[in-house]
Amino acid sequence: MSTDTAPAIVPSFDTEASTARKLAIICSKGSLDMAYPGLILANAALGEGVETHLFFTFWGFDIITRRTMGDLKFTPLGNTATHMPQGLGGLPGVTHMATSRLRKAIADLDVPDVPEFLDQIVASGGHLWGCRMSADMNHLTEEDLYEEVEGIISASDFIEKTEGAQLLFI
Amino acid sequence: MPVTTIDGHTVDVDPEGFLTEYAEWDEELAEALAAQIGISLTDEHWKAIRFLRQDYADQGETATLRRISTVGGIPIKSLFALFPQKPAKKLAYVAGLPKPHGCV
Repeated sequence: MSTDTAPAIVPSFDTEASTARKLAIICSKGSLDMAYPGLILANAALGEGVETHLFFTFWGFDIITRRTMGDLKFTPLGNTATHMPQGLGGLPGVTHMATSRLRKAIADLDVPDVPEFLDQIVASGGHLWGCRMSADMNHLTEEDLYEEVEGIISASDFIEKTEGAQLLFI
Repeated sequence: MPVTTIDGHTVDVDPEGFLTEYAEWDEELAEALAAQIGISLTDEHWKAIRFLRQDYADQGETATLRRISTVGGIPIKSLFALFPQKPAKKLAYVAGLPKPHGCV
């Protein structure tokens, strides 16, 4: 391959700063609307070549628990950003309706559902970890979790694994 | 917008070096663009590049990795192997297209 003139501009894709970057995301919420920010940011970071680890803890454990991961819910109750009267949120069927709408809005953007999103993150090289205390509290083992979760580890193990990482708590 | 010369081709690029004119790209140029970022193109690379070019022509925007995998049929894992570290951007660069704008 010969180039006649030195190229004036080549994107700097593999700078040392970008390849050394590492991101840790702690997912502590299990509602549909709070699961997505962590998954989307993890996916974006992986696409930028950033080593990415997700730690699922407390309610966030639902995101990787096989029984619940495909059935996360969204409620307008207590969420003023829906701009609905708060009294409506508690009526029967409202959570179901709000969840269906949010799922559809997400699918319309061709953003995958939670289990498929986890597949995509793992295929992109992301690391998934379950929280030991959350597993113990809920009497769950690795058998109950999404199969690509690498392990159930303690908070200190996660901190150790993500030494030097930037950290997001969601 | 700057104009640069790559392997004898004079092309318009954006400040980062991505081609800005769809029609200024050809397959020979793709080989040169790939070489600039340390990639030598195989049939597998070409499958992804041709999908991206065609999809851009049809949709008017650069496909995201998810779209390349679900619509183009090339698994995400392969895309990371073919265009390491930043597959969506590297692929767009080699295909002479803008960076994808979609979040997922």
